[in-house]
Amino acid sequence: MIADQDFSPDFIDRLVAGDRRVFGELVERTSPKIFALGLRMLGNEQDAEDMLQETYLKAFKALPNFEKRSSISTWLFRIAANEALMLLRKRKSGASLVEVEKDDEQDDSALEIVDWCCLPEQELVSTETREKLNEAAENLSPALRMVFQLRDVDGFSITETAEILDISEDAVKTRLVRARMKLREYLSVYFKERMEGGNQHA
Amino acid sequence: MHNHNQCGDYLAYISDYLDGELPPEICASLEAHLRECVNCRVVVNTMRKTIELYQVTSGDETLPEGVHTRLFARLKLDD
Repeated sequence: MIADQDFSPDFIDRLVAGDRRVFGELVERTSPKIFALGLRMLGNEQDAEDMLQETYLKAFKALPNFEKRSSISTWLFRIAANEALMLLRKRKSGASLVEVEKDDEQDDSALEIVDWCCLPEQELVSTETREKLNEAAENLSPALRMVFQLRDVDGFSITETAEILDISEDAVKTRLVRARMKLREYLSVYFKERMEGGNQHA
Repeated sequence: MHNHNQCGDYLAYISDYLDGELPPEICASLEAHLRECVNCRVVVNTMRKTIELYQVTSGDETLPEGVHTRLFARLKLDD
């Protein structure tokens, strides 16, 4: 999480005044998280890199209009999130946010009840599991994936996430519940197979 | 007697419960339910673990070198 207290008022003043060295420091400190957001949303390094560059080009241009009472990290992530969603829309019309609503509907399918928490830690963070985590996230609609990444991975609060995406806090909560339920379900199916000794895919 | 028909109602609260954002009376009621219902307990625990897994596996805080170089060049911050 990039906390705003990490940036002093003096830092913000110089940033807004157009100090390139300070801007460089902002880029240095925030770009890994912005790139990770791009990877999560766009699924490949090339698009994530395009999104990363566009985000900071736009941010630098917009900095003179930054209102100092707001948070620099939510402001920056807002630009990044818009950029990612725009790239998604450009890439395939099927990924538009309207289309996305289809899996915002309540999912009433049965729950997988397997207690896989007891699996050894090294199994839970193995390369194969990491691939499954990515796969599970890719299965979410962009709208759910974005909320999950901002809230649960980047550590923004519900309020901040709502601000970044320009949606209501209730909408954030609803999407977060659905994202968490779907990811849990996907991983439960996978870990169940592993616990039953289904190692043929190893 | 444990009534599994209630589980669906409680499921909706699990996410807020994990965030510590449930009103106290609903939280107490959910916790009472969790003491009786092993299935809901599994859902709570695996959901918590799911979030944790995404957090621990996203700890890599550096940009790939080429990405960093090209970004700073594009922003003319490389001089």
